Amino acid sequence: MQALNLDYMVGLVPVLLGYLPLTLGMAAAGMVCALILSCGLAVIRVSRLPVLNQAAQLFISFFRGTPLLVQLFLFYYGLPQFLSFLVSINGVTATIMGLTLHFSAYMAESIRAAITGIDRSQTEAAQSIGMTNAQTMRRIILPQATRVATPTLMNYFIDMIKSTSLAFTLGVTELMGATQKEAASSFLYFEAFLVVALIYWIIVEALSWCQKRLEKRLNRAYQR
Amino acid sequence: MIALKGITKRFGEHTVLDGIDLSLARGEIIVVIGPSGTGKSTLLRCVNFLERPDAGQLTVGDLSVDAARATSDDILGLRRRTAFVFQNYALFAHKTALENIAERMIVVEGLSKREAHARAREILERIGLADKADAYPAALSGGQQQRIGIGRAMAAKAEVILFDEPTSALDPEWVEEVLALMKQLAAEQQTMIVVTHEMQFAREVADQVVFMEGGRIVEQAPPSELFTNPRDERTRSFLRKVLAGNAPSDA
Ligand SMILES: Nc1ncnc2c1ncn2[C@@H]1O[C@H](COP(=O)(O)OP(=O)(O)OP(=O)(O)O)[C@@H](O)[C@H]1O
Ligand SMILES: [Mg+2]
Repeated sequence: MQALNLDYMVGLVPVLLGYLPLTLGMAAAGMVCALILSCGLAVIRVSRLPVLNQAAQLFISFFRGTPLLVQLFLFYYGLPQFLSFLVSINGVTATIMGLTLHFSAYMAESIRAAITGIDRSQTEAAQSIGMTNAQTMRRIILPQATRVATPTLMNYFIDMIKSTSLAFTLGVTELMGATQKEAASSFLYFEAFLVVALIYWIIVEALSWCQKRLEKRLNRAYQR
Repeated sequence: MIALKGITKRFGEHTVLDGIDLSLARGEIIVVIGPSGTGKSTLLRCVNFLERPDAGQLTVGDLSVDAARATSDDILGLRRRTAFVFQNYALFAHKTALENIAERMIVVEGLSKREAHARAREILERIGLADKADAYPAALSGGQQQRIGIGRAMAAKAEVILFDEPTSALDPEWVEEVLALMKQLAAEQQTMIVVTHEMQFAREVADQVVFMEGGRIVEQAPPSELFTNPRDERTRSFLRKVLAGNAPSDA
Protein backbone atom coordinates (compact mmCIF):
# COMPACT_ATOMS: atom_id res chain seq x y z
CA MET A 1 0.00 0.00 0.00
CA GLN A 2 1.51 3.27 -1.07
CA ALA A 3 0.56 6.77 0.02
CA LEU A 4 -1.24 9.23 -2.24
CA ASN A 5 1.12 11.40 -4.23
CA LEU A 6 -0.25 14.73 -3.03
CA ASP A 7 2.31 16.88 -4.80
CA TYR A 8 1.32 15.33 -8.10
CA MET A 9 -2.33 15.96 -7.37
CA VAL A 10 -1.78 19.61 -6.50
CA GLY A 11 0.30 20.09 -9.61
CA LEU A 12 -2.35 18.49 -11.77
CA VAL A 13 -5.10 20.90 -10.74
CA PRO A 14 -3.99 23.91 -12.83
CA VAL A 15 -3.26 21.66 -15.79
CA LEU A 16 -6.74 20.20 -15.75
CA LEU A 17 -8.41 23.53 -15.06
CA GLY A 18 -7.10 24.68 -18.42
CA TYR A 19 -9.62 22.29 -19.99
CA LEU A 20 -12.50 23.53 -17.90
CA PRO A 21 -13.58 26.21 -20.42
CA LEU A 22 -14.08 23.56 -23.10
CA THR A 23 -16.13 21.36 -20.75
CA LEU A 24 -18.30 24.22 -19.55
CA GLY A 25 -18.51 25.66 -23.04
CA MET A 26 -19.89 22.43 -24.48
CA ALA A 27 -22.40 22.19 -21.64
CA ALA A 28 -23.48 25.81 -22.05
CA ALA A 29 -23.86 25.51 -25.82
CA GLY A 30 -25.75 22.24 -25.40
CA MET A 31 -28.01 23.80 -22.79
CA VAL A 32 -28.90 26.84 -24.90
CA CYS A 33 -29.68 24.70 -27.96
CA ALA A 34 -31.58 22.18 -25.84
CA LEU A 35 -33.69 24.94 -24.26
CA ILE A 36 -34.72 26.26 -27.65
CA LEU A 37 -35.42 22.82 -29.08
CA SER A 38 -37.28 21.59 -26.01
CA CYS A 39 -39.53 24.67 -25.91
CA GLY A 40 -40.42 23.99 -29.53
CA LEU A 41 -41.09 20.32 -28.82
CA ALA A 42 -43.18 21.14 -25.75
CA VAL A 43 -45.29 23.67 -27.63
CA ILE A 44 -45.87 21.15 -30.42
CA ARG A 45 -46.91 18.53 -27.88
CA VAL A 46 -49.22 20.88 -26.00
CA SER A 47 -50.95 22.30 -29.05
CA ARG A 48 -51.36 18.79 -30.50
CA LEU A 49 -50.39 19.88 -33.98
CA PRO A 50 -51.13 16.93 -36.27
CA VAL A 51 -48.14 15.02 -37.69
CA LEU A 52 -45.67 17.29 -35.87
CA ASN A 53 -47.02 15.99 -32.58
CA GLN A 54 -46.44 12.39 -33.56
CA ALA A 55 -42.98 13.27 -34.85
CA ALA A 56 -42.16 15.00 -31.56
CA GLN A 57 -43.41 12.01 -29.60
CA LEU A 58 -41.23 9.67 -31.62
CA PHE A 59 -38.22 11.95 -31.20
CA ILE A 60 -38.70 12.18 -27.44
CA SER A 61 -39.23 8.47 -27.09
CA PHE A 62 -36.06 7.63 -29.04
CA PHE A 63 -33.75 10.08 -27.30
CA ARG A 64 -35.01 9.14 -23.86
CA GLY A 65 -35.00 5.47 -24.67
CA THR A 66 -31.38 5.06 -25.76
CA PRO A 67 -28.11 5.73 -23.92
CA LEU A 68 -26.37 9.03 -24.56
CA LEU A 69 -23.14 7.18 -25.37
CA VAL A 70 -24.86 5.20 -28.10
CA GLN A 71 -26.31 8.41 -29.53
CA LEU A 72 -22.90 10.07 -29.55
CA PHE A 73 -21.34 7.14 -31.39
CA LEU A 74 -24.24 7.13 -33.82
CA PHE A 75 -23.64 10.80 -34.71
CA TYR A 76 -19.87 10.79 -34.68
CA TYR A 77 -18.98 7.45 -36.18
CA GLY A 78 -22.23 6.36 -37.79
CA LEU A 79 -23.87 9.26 -39.58
CA PRO A 80 -20.93 10.43 -41.73
CA GLN A 81 -21.15 7.05 -43.46
CA PHE A 82 -24.42 8.24 -45.08
CA LEU A 83 -24.34 12.02 -44.84
CA SER A 84 -21.15 13.08 -46.53
CA PHE A 85 -21.27 16.65 -45.23
CA LEU A 86 -20.87 15.23 -41.74
CA VAL A 87 -17.51 13.69 -42.55
CA SER A 88 -15.90 16.84 -41.30
CA ILE A 89 -17.92 16.85 -38.06
CA ASN A 90 -15.55 17.20 -35.15
CA GLY A 91 -15.92 15.65 -31.73
CA VAL A 92 -16.90 18.89 -30.05
CA THR A 93 -19.72 19.57 -32.50
CA ALA A 94 -20.93 15.98 -32.29
CA THR A 95 -20.95 16.18 -28.49
CA ILE A 96 -22.94 19.42 -28.45
CA MET A 97 -25.35 17.93 -30.95
CA GLY A 98 -25.75 14.75 -28.92
CA LEU A 99 -26.24 16.61 -25.65
CA THR A 100 -28.75 18.91 -27.29
CA LEU A 101 -30.90 16.16 -28.73
CA HIS A 102 -30.66 13.88 -25.72
CA PHE A 103 -31.42 16.49 -23.08
CA SER A 104 -34.04 18.34 -25.10
CA ALA A 105 -36.12 15.16 -25.07
CA TYR A 106 -36.15 15.17 -21.27
CA MET A 107 -36.51 18.91 -20.93
CA ALA A 108 -39.42 18.99 -23.38
CA GLU A 109 -41.44 16.79 -21.05
CA SER A 110 -40.68 18.99 -18.03
CA ILE A 111 -41.64 22.12 -19.92
CA ARG A 112 -44.78 20.46 -21.22
CA ALA A 113 -45.81 19.54 -17.70
CA ALA A 114 -45.15 23.11 -16.58
CA ILE A 115 -47.22 24.50 -19.45
CA THR A 116 -50.19 22.27 -18.72
CA GLY A 117 -49.89 23.30 -15.08
CA ILE A 118 -50.64 26.96 -15.87
CA ASP A 119 -54.27 27.72 -15.15
CA ARG A 120 -56.30 27.42 -18.34
CA SER A 121 -58.22 30.57 -17.49
CA GLN A 122 -55.14 32.68 -18.22
CA THR A 123 -55.08 31.34 -21.77
CA GLU A 124 -58.73 32.24 -22.12
CA ALA A 125 -58.11 35.69 -20.68
CA ALA A 126 -55.35 36.26 -23.23
CA GLN A 127 -57.56 35.07 -26.06
CA SER A 128 -60.43 37.19 -24.83
CA ILE A 129 -58.39 40.37 -25.28
CA GLY A 130 -57.59 39.35 -28.84
CA MET A 131 -54.12 37.86 -28.47
CA THR A 132 -53.23 35.19 -31.02
CA ASN A 133 -52.26 31.70 -29.90
CA ALA A 134 -48.61 32.44 -30.58
CA GLN A 135 -48.72 35.68 -28.58
CA THR A 136 -50.48 33.90 -25.73
CA MET A 137 -47.83 31.21 -25.69
CA ARG A 138 -44.91 33.63 -25.87
CA ARG A 139 -46.08 36.33 -23.48
CA ILE A 140 -48.33 34.55 -20.99
CA ILE A 141 -47.70 30.82 -20.86
CA LEU A 142 -44.00 30.29 -21.55
CA PRO A 143 -42.67 32.91 -19.13
CA GLN A 144 -44.62 31.27 -16.31
CA ALA A 145 -43.87 27.74 -17.42
CA THR A 146 -40.12 28.38 -17.60
CA ARG A 147 -40.31 29.71 -14.09
CA VAL A 148 -42.04 26.58 -12.87
CA ALA A 149 -39.65 24.34 -14.78
CA THR A 150 -36.45 26.17 -13.80
CA PRO A 151 -35.44 23.94 -10.87
CA THR A 152 -35.82 20.82 -13.00
CA LEU A 153 -34.01 22.43 -15.91
CA MET A 154 -31.14 23.32 -13.57
CA ASN A 155 -30.89 19.64 -12.65
CA TYR A 156 -30.59 18.74 -16.31
CA PHE A 157 -27.88 21.35 -16.75
CA ILE A 158 -25.90 19.81 -13.92
CA ASP A 159 -26.41 16.40 -15.46
CA MET A 160 -25.29 17.79 -18.80
CA ILE A 161 -22.02 19.11 -17.38
CA LYS A 162 -21.20 15.66 -16.08
CA SER A 163 -22.23 14.10 -19.36
CA THR A 164 -19.71 16.18 -21.31
CA SER A 165 -17.13 13.75 -19.97
CA LEU A 166 -18.35 11.27 -22.58
CA ALA A 167 -16.82 13.50 -25.24
CA PHE A 168 -13.45 11.92 -24.56
CA THR A 169 -14.75 8.77 -26.25
CA LEU A 170 -15.01 10.86 -29.42
CA GLY A 171 -11.40 11.90 -29.05
CA VAL A 172 -12.10 15.30 -27.55
CA THR A 173 -9.54 16.44 -25.02
CA GLU A 174 -11.79 18.06 -22.46
CA LEU A 175 -11.55 17.69 -18.69
CA MET A 176 -11.93 13.91 -18.71
CA GLY A 177 -9.88 13.35 -21.86
CA ALA A 178 -7.03 15.42 -20.46
CA THR A 179 -7.09 13.49 -17.19
CA GLN A 180 -6.97 10.23 -19.10
CA LYS A 181 -3.85 11.40 -20.95
CA GLU A 182 -2.14 12.67 -17.82
CA ALA A 183 -2.84 9.44 -15.98
CA ALA A 184 -1.57 7.34 -18.83
CA SER A 185 1.76 9.10 -18.79
CA SER A 186 2.24 9.28 -15.00
CA PHE A 187 0.66 5.92 -14.16
CA LEU A 188 -0.86 7.67 -11.14
CA TYR A 189 -4.39 6.69 -12.14
CA PHE A 190 -6.00 6.98 -8.75
CA GLU A 191 -4.58 10.43 -8.07
CA ALA A 192 -5.49 11.75 -11.50
CA PHE A 193 -9.08 10.51 -11.49
CA LEU A 194 -9.55 11.59 -7.89
CA VAL A 195 -8.53 15.13 -8.86
CA VAL A 196 -10.93 15.22 -11.80
CA ALA A 197 -13.72 13.79 -9.67
CA LEU A 198 -13.16 16.55 -7.11
CA ILE A 199 -13.22 19.19 -9.83
CA TYR A 200 -16.57 17.94 -11.18
CA TRP A 201 -17.89 17.71 -7.65
CA ILE A 202 -16.97 21.28 -6.79
CA ILE A 203 -18.55 22.62 -9.98
CA VAL A 204 -21.75 20.74 -9.31
CA GLU A 205 -21.86 21.84 -5.69
CA ALA A 206 -21.38 25.45 -6.74
CA LEU A 207 -24.22 25.15 -9.21
CA SER A 208 -26.46 23.46 -6.64
CA TRP A 209 -25.85 26.40 -4.36
CA CYS A 210 -26.89 28.80 -7.12
CA GLN A 211 -29.91 26.62 -7.80
CA LYS A 212 -31.08 26.81 -4.19
CA ARG A 213 -30.78 30.57 -4.16
CA LEU A 214 -32.63 30.80 -7.45
CA GLU A 215 -35.41 28.58 -6.15
CA LYS A 216 -35.78 30.75 -3.09
CA ARG A 217 -36.19 33.78 -5.32
CA LEU A 218 -38.67 32.02 -7.58
CA ASN A 219 -40.72 30.90 -4.61
CA ARG A 220 -41.32 34.40 -3.46
CA ALA A 221 -42.11 35.55 -6.99
CA TYR A 222 -45.31 37.42 -7.73
CA GLN A 223 -45.75 38.48 -4.11
CA ARG A 224 -44.85 42.14 -4.34
CA MET B 1 -74.60 47.67 -31.98
CA ILE B 2 -74.48 44.07 -30.87
CA ALA B 3 -76.74 41.45 -32.36
CA LEU B 4 -76.96 37.71 -31.82
CA LYS B 5 -79.16 35.71 -34.13
CA GLY B 6 -80.01 32.05 -33.71
CA ILE B 7 -76.90 31.27 -31.67
CA THR B 8 -76.82 27.53 -31.14
CA LYS B 9 -74.29 25.49 -29.21
CA ARG B 10 -74.15 21.77 -28.57
CA PHE B 11 -71.82 19.80 -26.35
CA GLY B 12 -72.12 16.35 -27.87
CA GLU B 13 -75.82 15.48 -27.81
CA HIS B 14 -76.61 18.18 -25.30
CA THR B 15 -77.98 21.39 -26.84
CA VAL B 16 -76.85 24.07 -24.43
CA LEU B 17 -77.94 27.09 -26.46
CA ASP B 18 -80.99 26.67 -28.60
CA GLY B 19 -81.20 29.58 -31.01
CA ILE B 20 -80.55 32.68 -28.93
CA ASP B 21 -81.59 36.06 -30.35
CA LEU B 22 -80.47 39.16 -28.53
CA SER B 23 -79.55 42.69 -29.45
CA LEU B 24 -78.15 45.72 -27.68
CA ALA B 25 -77.85 49.31 -28.74
CA ARG B 26 -74.72 51.23 -27.87
CA GLY B 27 -74.65 52.07 -24.18
CA GLU B 28 -77.30 49.52 -23.35
CA ILE B 29 -76.93 47.16 -20.41
CA ILE B 30 -78.45 43.72 -20.39
CA VAL B 31 -78.46 41.53 -17.31
CA VAL B 32 -78.92 37.81 -17.86
CA ILE B 33 -80.39 35.72 -15.07
CA GLY B 34 -81.44 32.12 -14.83
CA PRO B 35 -80.88 28.85 -13.00
CA SER B 36 -77.58 27.04 -12.94
CA GLY B 37 -76.56 25.06 -16.03
CA THR B 38 -78.86 27.02 -18.30
CA GLY B 39 -76.16 28.18 -20.67
CA LYS B 40 -75.59 31.74 -19.44
CA SER B 41 -71.80 31.38 -19.36
CA THR B 42 -71.81 29.52 -22.63
CA LEU B 43 -73.76 32.35 -24.22
CA LEU B 44 -71.20 34.95 -23.18
CA ARG B 45 -68.33 32.69 -24.20
CA CYS B 46 -69.89 32.24 -27.63
CA VAL B 47 -69.94 35.99 -28.23
CA ASN B 48 -66.15 36.09 -28.33
CA PHE B 49 -65.58 32.52 -29.41
CA LEU B 50 -64.07 31.20 -26.22
CA GLU B 51 -66.68 28.61 -27.21
CA ARG B 52 -67.36 28.15 -30.89
CA PRO B 53 -71.10 28.34 -31.64
CA ASP B 54 -72.40 25.63 -33.98
CA ALA B 55 -74.71 28.02 -35.78
CA GLY B 56 -75.94 31.59 -35.73
CA GLN B 57 -74.99 35.09 -36.73
CA LEU B 58 -72.93 37.41 -34.55
CA THR B 59 -72.69 41.12 -35.18
CA VAL B 60 -70.44 43.32 -33.09
CA GLY B 61 -70.01 46.87 -34.31
CA ASP B 62 -68.99 46.79 -37.96
CA LEU B 63 -68.19 43.07 -37.99
CA SER B 64 -70.75 40.43 -38.79
CA VAL B 65 -69.81 36.77 -38.60
CA ASP B 66 -71.58 33.59 -39.56
CA ALA B 67 -70.56 31.40 -36.64
CA ALA B 68 -70.53 28.17 -38.60
CA ARG B 69 -68.12 29.64 -41.14
CA ALA B 70 -65.99 31.87 -38.93
CA THR B 71 -62.39 32.19 -40.06
CA SER B 72 -59.58 32.82 -37.59
CA ASP B 73 -59.58 36.47 -38.74
CA ASP B 74 -63.28 36.71 -37.87
CA ILE B 75 -62.63 35.23 -34.46
CA LEU B 76 -59.76 37.60 -33.76
CA GLY B 77 -61.92 40.46 -35.00
CA LEU B 78 -64.74 39.55 -32.62
CA ARG B 79 -62.37 39.17 -29.72
CA ARG B 80 -60.83 42.55 -30.42
CA ARG B 81 -64.26 44.19 -30.34
CA THR B 82 -65.34 42.53 -27.10
CA ALA B 83 -63.87 42.12 -23.64
CA PHE B 84 -64.54 39.55 -20.97
CA VAL B 85 -64.59 39.72 -17.19
CA PHE B 86 -64.19 36.29 -15.62
CA GLN B 87 -65.73 34.91 -12.49
CA ASN B 88 -62.30 33.90 -11.16
CA TYR B 89 -60.61 37.13 -12.45
CA ALA B 90 -58.07 35.16 -14.56
CA LEU B 91 -55.37 37.79 -14.18
CA PHE B 92 -51.93 37.10 -15.62
CA ALA B 93 -50.11 35.89 -12.52
CA HIS B 94 -46.64 36.95 -13.64
CA LYS B 95 -47.67 40.49 -14.50
CA THR B 96 -48.31 43.41 -12.17
CA ALA B 97 -51.68 45.14 -12.00
CA LEU B 98 -50.36 47.79 -14.38
CA GLU B 99 -48.96 45.22 -16.81
CA ASN B 100 -52.20 43.24 -16.79
CA ILE B 101 -54.04 46.30 -17.99
CA ALA B 102 -51.34 47.40 -20.44
CA GLU B 103 -50.83 43.99 -22.04
CA ARG B 104 -53.53 44.32 -24.67
CA MET B 105 -52.45 47.80 -25.68
CA ILE B 106 -48.90 46.58 -26.25
CA VAL B 107 -49.65 43.31 -27.99
CA VAL B 108 -52.85 44.00 -29.88
CA GLU B 109 -52.71 47.76 -30.49
CA GLY B 110 -48.96 47.88 -30.84
CA LEU B 111 -48.49 50.84 -28.52
CA SER B 112 -45.06 51.47 -27.06
CA LYS B 113 -44.59 50.21 -23.55
CA ARG B 114 -44.33 53.75 -22.26
CA GLU B 115 -47.56 54.89 -23.81
CA ALA B 116 -49.40 51.71 -22.81
CA HIS B 117 -48.25 52.10 -19.22
CA ALA B 118 -49.30 55.74 -19.17
CA ARG B 119 -52.77 54.79 -20.36
CA ALA B 120 -52.95 51.85 -17.97
CA ARG B 121 -52.18 54.28 -15.17
CA GLU B 122 -55.17 56.38 -16.18
CA ILE B 123 -57.35 53.29 -15.97
CA LEU B 124 -55.92 52.40 -12.55
CA GLU B 125 -56.83 55.91 -11.53
CA ARG B 126 -60.40 55.41 -12.72
CA ILE B 127 -60.80 52.11 -10.90
CA GLY B 128 -59.28 53.54 -7.74
CA LEU B 129 -56.23 51.31 -7.63
CA ALA B 130 -53.47 53.71 -8.64
CA ASP B 131 -51.50 52.75 -5.55
CA LYS B 132 -51.50 49.08 -6.58
CA ALA B 133 -49.86 49.57 -9.97
CA ASP B 134 -46.84 47.44 -9.10
CA ALA B 135 -48.62 44.77 -7.11
CA TYR B 136 -48.87 41.22 -8.44
CA PRO B 137 -52.31 39.56 -8.41
CA ALA B 138 -51.29 37.20 -5.60
CA ALA B 139 -50.83 40.20 -3.32
CA LEU B 140 -54.28 41.67 -3.99
CA SER B 141 -57.65 40.97 -2.40
CA GLY B 142 -60.34 39.27 -4.47
CA GLY B 143 -62.17 42.55 -4.90
CA GLN B 144 -59.04 44.31 -6.06
CA GLN B 145 -58.20 41.50 -8.46
CA GLN B 146 -61.63 41.68 -10.00
CA ARG B 147 -61.37 45.44 -10.36
CA ILE B 148 -58.08 44.90 -12.21
CA GLY B 149 -59.90 42.32 -14.32
CA ILE B 150 -62.48 44.97 -15.16
CA GLY B 151 -59.69 47.48 -15.79
CA ARG B 152 -58.14 45.06 -18.26
CA ALA B 153 -61.48 44.84 -20.03
CA MET B 154 -61.82 48.64 -20.02
CA ALA B 155 -58.43 48.93 -21.69
CA ALA B 156 -59.85 47.09 -24.67
CA LYS B 157 -62.23 49.98 -25.44
CA ALA B 158 -64.52 47.20 -26.56
CA GLU B 159 -67.92 47.59 -28.17
CA VAL B 160 -69.23 45.44 -25.35
CA ILE B 161 -67.90 44.07 -22.08
CA LEU B 162 -69.13 40.61 -21.12
CA PHE B 163 -69.31 39.93 -17.38
CA ASP B 164 -69.67 36.32 -16.25
CA GLU B 165 -70.76 36.37 -12.61
CA PRO B 166 -68.09 38.91 -11.68
CA THR B 167 -68.93 38.86 -7.97
CA SER B 168 -69.76 35.19 -7.39
CA ALA B 169 -66.26 34.16 -6.38
CA LEU B 170 -65.81 37.09 -4.01
CA ASP B 171 -66.01 37.16 -0.26
CA PRO B 172 -69.11 39.21 0.64
CA GLU B 173 -66.99 42.09 1.90
CA TRP B 174 -65.59 42.76 -1.61
CA VAL B 175 -68.82 42.52 -3.61
CA GLU B 176 -69.88 46.14 -3.18
CA GLU B 177 -66.68 47.68 -4.50
CA VAL B 178 -66.90 45.62 -7.67
CA LEU B 179 -70.57 46.41 -8.20
CA ALA B 180 -69.81 50.07 -7.59
CA LEU B 181 -67.19 50.00 -10.33
CA MET B 182 -69.65 48.36 -12.70
CA LYS B 183 -72.21 51.03 -11.92
CA GLN B 184 -69.59 53.66 -12.64
CA LEU B 185 -69.03 52.04 -16.06
CA ALA B 186 -72.76 51.94 -16.64
CA ALA B 187 -72.94 55.64 -15.92
CA GLU B 188 -70.22 56.15 -18.54
CA GLN B 189 -72.47 54.48 -21.13
CA GLN B 190 -70.38 51.35 -21.48
CA THR B 191 -72.33 48.67 -23.35
CA MET B 192 -72.40 45.48 -21.32
CA ILE B 193 -73.94 42.06 -20.93
CA VAL B 194 -73.84 40.91 -17.33
CA VAL B 195 -74.60 37.44 -16.02
CA THR B 196 -75.22 37.80 -12.30
CA HIS B 197 -77.30 36.73 -9.36
CA GLU B 198 -77.21 40.24 -7.90
CA MET B 199 -80.86 41.14 -8.43
CA GLN B 200 -80.51 44.53 -6.79
CA PHE B 201 -77.80 45.42 -9.31
CA ALA B 202 -80.05 44.25 -12.14
CA ARG B 203 -82.89 46.41 -10.90
CA GLU B 204 -80.74 49.50 -10.61
CA VAL B 205 -78.56 49.27 -13.65
CA ALA B 206 -80.07 47.08 -16.34
CA ASP B 207 -81.96 48.45 -19.32
CA GLN B 208 -83.22 44.97 -20.08
CA VAL B 209 -83.27 41.80 -18.01
CA VAL B 210 -83.17 38.48 -19.80
CA PHE B 211 -84.38 35.34 -18.09
CA MET B 212 -82.86 32.17 -19.56
CA GLU B 213 -83.74 28.57 -18.96
CA GLY B 214 -82.82 25.40 -20.78
CA GLY B 215 -80.73 27.19 -23.39
CA ARG B 216 -83.49 29.58 -24.43
CA ILE B 217 -84.56 33.08 -23.61
CA VAL B 218 -87.82 32.69 -21.76
CA GLU B 219 -88.55 36.31 -21.12
CA GLN B 220 -86.95 39.68 -21.73
CA ALA B 221 -88.15 42.97 -20.29
CA PRO B 222 -87.00 46.11 -18.49
CA PRO B 223 -86.30 45.33 -14.83
CA SER B 224 -89.28 47.34 -13.56
CA GLU B 225 -91.49 45.04 -15.57
CA LEU B 226 -89.71 41.71 -15.26
CA PHE B 227 -89.27 41.89 -11.51
CA THR B 228 -92.72 43.19 -10.64
CA ASN B 229 -94.80 41.58 -13.29
CA PRO B 230 -93.13 38.53 -14.84
CA ARG B 231 -95.26 36.90 -17.54
CA ASP B 232 -93.91 33.41 -17.68
CA GLU B 233 -94.54 30.94 -14.89
CA ARG B 234 -90.87 29.78 -15.05
CA THR B 235 -89.66 33.34 -14.48
CA ARG B 236 -92.03 33.74 -11.58
CA SER B 237 -90.90 30.57 -9.89
CA PHE B 238 -87.21 31.43 -10.40
CA LEU B 239 -87.69 34.90 -8.97
CA ARG B 240 -89.67 33.54 -6.03
CA LYS B 241 -86.76 31.29 -5.14
CA VAL B 242 -84.09 33.95 -5.59
CA LEU B 243 -85.93 36.78 -3.93
CA ALA B 244 -86.87 34.58 -0.99
CA GLY B 245 -83.20 34.90 -0.19
CA ASN B 246 -82.30 31.43 -1.32
CA ALA B 247 -79.85 32.26 -4.02
CA PRO B 248 -79.60 29.55 -6.67
CA SER B 249 -77.47 26.61 -5.67
CA ASP B 250 -74.28 27.96 -7.26
CA ALA B 251 -74.46 31.60 -6.32
N1 LIG C 1 -66.87 22.48 -22.23
C1 LIG C 1 -68.05 21.84 -21.96
N2 LIG C 1 -68.22 20.55 -22.31
C2 LIG C 1 -69.37 19.90 -22.08
N3 LIG C 1 -70.43 20.46 -21.47
C3 LIG C 1 -70.33 21.74 -21.08
C4 LIG C 1 -69.13 22.50 -21.31
N4 LIG C 1 -69.33 23.74 -20.82
C5 LIG C 1 -70.57 23.76 -20.32
N5 LIG C 1 -71.18 22.57 -20.47
C6 LIG C 1 -72.56 22.24 -20.08
O1 LIG C 1 -73.42 23.20 -20.65
C7 LIG C 1 -74.46 23.54 -19.78
C8 LIG C 1 -74.52 25.03 -19.60
O2 LIG C 1 -73.36 25.45 -18.91
P1 LIG C 1 -73.11 26.96 -18.52
O3 LIG C 1 -71.82 27.00 -17.78
O4 LIG C 1 -73.23 27.80 -19.73
O5 LIG C 1 -74.33 27.26 -17.56
P2 LIG C 1 -74.59 28.53 -16.66
O6 LIG C 1 -75.95 29.00 -16.97
O7 LIG C 1 -73.49 29.52 -16.81
O8 LIG C 1 -74.58 27.93 -15.21
P3 LIG C 1 -74.03 28.56 -13.84
O9 LIG C 1 -75.07 29.48 -13.33
O10 LIG C 1 -73.86 27.37 -12.99
O11 LIG C 1 -72.73 29.26 -14.16
C9 LIG C 1 -74.22 22.77 -18.49
O12 LIG C 1 -75.05 21.65 -18.49
C10 LIG C 1 -72.78 22.36 -18.58
O13 LIG C 1 -72.59 21.13 -17.94
MG1 LIG D 1 -71.90 30.20 -15.55
